[in-house]
Amino acid sequence: MALTSIKNLKEFSTANERFEGAHLLCPGCAHSMIVRELMNATDDNLVIASATGCLEVCTAVYPYTSWDTSWIHIGFENAATAAAGAEAMYKARKRKGTLKDPDAPVKFVAFGGDGATYDIGFQWLSGMIERGHDVTYICLDNENYANTGGQRSSATPVGAHTSTAQAGRVSYGKKQKKKDIVAIMAAHGAPYVAQLAPNKWKIMAKGFQKALETEGPCFINTVSACTTEWKFNPKDTINITDLATDSLMFPIYEIIDGRQLNILYRPKNVIPVEEYLAAQGRYKHLFKPENRHVIDMIQKEVNERWEYLQRREEAGV
Amino acid sequence: MAEKMELNEVEVWDGNYAAAQALRQAQVDVVAAYPITPSTPIVENYGAFVANGYIDGEFVMVESEHAAMSGCVGAAAAGGRVATATSSQGFMLMIEVLYQASGMRLPIILNVVNRAIASPLNVRGDHGDMYAGRDSGWIQLDAFNAQEAYDLNLCAFKIGEDINVRLPVMVHQDGFLTSHTAQNVYPLSDDEAYAFIGDYKPVDEMLDFTRAVTYGAQTEEDWHYEHKAKQHRALMDSYTVIDRVFAEFKEKTGREYKRLESYLMEDAEVAIVALGSTVETALLAAKQLRESEGLKAGVVAPRVFRPFPFNEIRDALANVKAVAVLDRSCPMGAMGALFNEVSAAMYASPHRPLITNFIYGLGGRDFSLEDAKAIFREQKGHADVGYITTPLQQFSGLRGPKLGFYEMKRSK
Repeated sequence: MALTSIKNLKEFSTANERFEGAHLLCPGCAHSMIVRELMNATDDNLVIASATGCLEVCTAVYPYTSWDTSWIHIGFENAATAAAGAEAMYKARKRKGTLKDPDAPVKFVAFGGDGATYDIGFQWLSGMIERGHDVTYICLDNENYANTGGQRSSATPVGAHTSTAQAGRVSYGKKQKKKDIVAIMAAHGAPYVAQLAPNKWKIMAKGFQKALETEGPCFINTVSACTTEWKFNPKDTINITDLATDSLMFPIYEIIDGRQLNILYRPKNVIPVEEYLAAQGRYKHLFKPENRHVIDMIQKEVNERWEYLQRREEAGV
Repeated sequence: MAEKMELNEVEVWDGNYAAAQALRQAQVDVVAAYPITPSTPIVENYGAFVANGYIDGEFVMVESEHAAMSGCVGAAAAGGRVATATSSQGFMLMIEVLYQASGMRLPIILNVVNRAIASPLNVRGDHGDMYAGRDSGWIQLDAFNAQEAYDLNLCAFKIGEDINVRLPVMVHQDGFLTSHTAQNVYPLSDDEAYAFIGDYKPVDEMLDFTRAVTYGAQTEEDWHYEHKAKQHRALMDSYTVIDRVFAEFKEKTGREYKRLESYLMEDAEVAIVALGSTVETALLAAKQLRESEGLKAGVVAPRVFRPFPFNEIRDALANVKAVAVLDRSCPMGAMGALFNEVSAAMYASPHRPLITNFIYGLGGRDFSLEDAKAIFREQKGHADVGYITTPLQQFSGLRGPKLGFYEMKRSK
């Protein structure tokens, strides 16, 4: 398989122009960075399925398309299955000799937001992984239903304000914990599962390449900072993502064959989660004195989670 | 290479096995499916063909019917022949994706083994699922027995995949009555069947990387309307290809299909319009009544439910005096759907027979020869007095007090 060189960012960012800059995503949206990285990580042909969501509605508005590759969108919940169906057809046609170019290397990729991945499309994703399709599924996790105006998802963290889990006089925002999608996907026994972030672009590109290289179903949760719903200045997308990874709110790691966990990024100076929270409007209410305990709770859970990941890595099981 | 199967001139197959054999002979590239009663044996039989080397294509057993149709859409967009099967609740779960399949103009074949829709839960046959699909943009073919389930599957691929059609096709058969009733079926040989259908011709395929394609775009008020109108037109115009394929099939097999089947209608005074296995019951009743009572009864049955044979209905019922339209689906707060369509066709005719509506056979309630005869006799009564003497909508075979709705309003 043809891997793109990932030595320097400038070269890498223009390696394959298959995702057009002309699209309707918000300025500062991390989705397009992640998508471009994936598409630049390989020179192989791509068949891409997208779930309904920000990425889909902003990149394929008839009569235009931002996708200079094979692309399909069916519904909100079934991007994993759309890619699986295409992959099955590829296998059948390859066996029967009906492909136009049987030697053309091809990779199958599905994109979904956290709504499509953690919630409405959870079953379809689980089924695709269990059946072992050669598909890489990438979740663009912005921790809310951003396409419909910022409602809670099961990826929304404790304490965040969303339009359906609001902070108010008697509420500090979302009460429930974020679903651990990476652990769930690893528990399927998928050969490669990871959590990656676009600020650590080299690690992310290598992770994408690993997933594309690996035969079988791979799952990657990517942190996609949402300027509109997290409420930060569009120029700060990467700065916010730095705070996310360096506070360990989003640890960067991979799990091989559902067992071996490798931490891919260790911040030199771990910053308090408070700094990450303070940089975003969705957590503003947590800085009232009566909500101080929520920040403490978040910090405690981040510490415990980091401890757990490190022990898992050491144990090598 | 898949092994060929030696078939006898006459086989004893039920509707499900007949459909599975047709899928095998069509050399489908991808079957993505989820089992549900009473269509399960289609998938199981196909699975047996896979396990014994008769299939070269992929057989993907997904985790739900929604995923089954989603996988079919992804596979079809990748440029190959695709088919699946379902019933009832599974069909209902698929519905979202049915519209997406037709909107993307993907010629997927779906065998629908008709079954009632819950609640209350019921595994027996009625037409609730078939009716729920009638606005989904699919061509709908209706088989009345196992032979037809086989024949119409072969025709369905050829119709749906035609470059002038490019639409998905449902092949309906009645749950249990057809799907689980073994009958004599005359199959084609593997070579003959495949030669009749022909190779799949990819259109805008996702696996041709010389030309990027985008499937499933967004359109709002600026383009959505034009897309839907074009799709409707393609469905409306598909009748020319359907007629041509039926003619070719007749030439090959001697078995004749028409978009609207008419039986004993040449001199009929009264008629029943129905779908599915009921057609055979009604026809037998008509024959017996003609012999025993001299009642000139006939039967009219849409072989193609979509596109609806509007003109053909108008012609077929041009000379009858009274018509009973039978709906095997509860319309819930309205007249039956088939009644509405037949009535609309006849309203556009200078000749307007007396038309009444019967709801019947829900949840697999038996529709007997006597039930059909009673309906014919009642139509004869209407014909003789020149007006409808009963409620416009009645329930046949229902226990308890008679249920009926709406009276005919007669001008003095």
